[in-house]
Amino acid sequence: MYEWGDDIFKAFKEAGIDQVAFVPDAGHKRLINACIADNDIKAISLTTEEEGIAVSAGAWLGGKKCVMLMQSSGVGNCINMLSLIETCRFPFVAFVTMRGEWHEFNPWQMPMGTTTKQALETAGCLVDEVSDPHDVGARAAAALHKAFVGQQSTALLLSQRLVPVKTFGK
Amino acid sequence: MSHWAESYPLHRRDVAKTLLHAREDMLIITGLGSTNWDFTAAGDSPRTFPLWGAMGGAVSMGLGLALAQPDKRILVATGDGEMLMGIGSLATVAVQAPKNMSICVFDNERYGETGMQMTHTATVTDLALTAQGLGIKNAAVIKDESELKAELQAITHGDGPIFRVIKVRAEPLDFVLPSKDGVHLKNRFRAELLGPGAV
Repeated sequence: MYEWGDDIFKAFKEAGIDQVAFVPDAGHKRLINACIADNDIKAISLTTEEEGIAVSAGAWLGGKKCVMLMQSSGVGNCINMLSLIETCRFPFVAFVTMRGEWHEFNPWQMPMGTTTKQALETAGCLVDEVSDPHDVGARAAAALHKAFVGQQSTALLLSQRLVPVKTFGK
Repeated sequence: MSHWAESYPLHRRDVAKTLLHAREDMLIITGLGSTNWDFTAAGDSPRTFPLWGAMGGAVSMGLGLALAQPDKRILVATGDGEMLMGIGSLATVAVQAPKNMSICVFDNERYGETGMQMTHTATVTDLALTAQGLGIKNAAVIKDESELKAELQAITHGDGPIFRVIKVRAEPLDFVLPSKDGVHLKNRFRAELLGPGAV
């Protein structure tokens, strides 16, 4: 399997990312571990995704760049907190691994998985999607540029086709 | 139990004044809503960022700032209702353990903006014990002026993360409003901290 997470990490380093806030996620496992192992990146494990929105804003207030990693179900936890990004026009970027769209085993993932894009757009976030593993690096670099150079609120949705199918042993 | 807060000796506006008097170059995030008015009444500053929304986010925003500016002291001043909505963020702070971060919860045991309904701290919830349980060991309650004076040095210079619950009187007060233009508040803060090129 092509390790697209390594390409996102490379894009983080090239963009000079200082903080990575995340709720642990299987699809992001390799990327999260790379961020934890990097001495120049503060890896911040959250109890809920909405914390990461405010952490990102605080980092920018202090002159640093923070990105968020999460799963599609976590997007639902972020909606009101994204008002901070929109109202103050903070740069913001999230890398969202998708559930509920491709060989989903768990019906409980469907409600957020099928509405992630609309939810983010409704909250003022510009959304891009990628399903080709070899295109992830370029899309990640573009998302980081959109946030920190273009000063936008943005999310890159990483298709469920990019991650191994989860079956809970069934 | 439910009416005790109306006779607590500390007045929140005086507490804000005392903290601001000791601020030096401290960076301050104030939470929605009454702590915004308290710190504006005591003296607005580009080094203070008032949150008009994003309820539950004050501590998290302070954490991002504290990690970004490790040589500056960061104070998050917020209310008990706002703190309860983002209570898990205290565990996140405990894990990151920023030495330069202090959190003061102005606890009047009420939702002040919505009609002074009781928060959970009016009956059963102890925020200082909660903070300790979530991993912020340096957590305590301040109940009067002498305790506040004794704790000032710790709040402004002590080894963080520091968490203090300041029990303040539940009382009706006039609104003293800061700018509500979020872009302006962000830009003035960054210009003050990072220089005019940051805007």
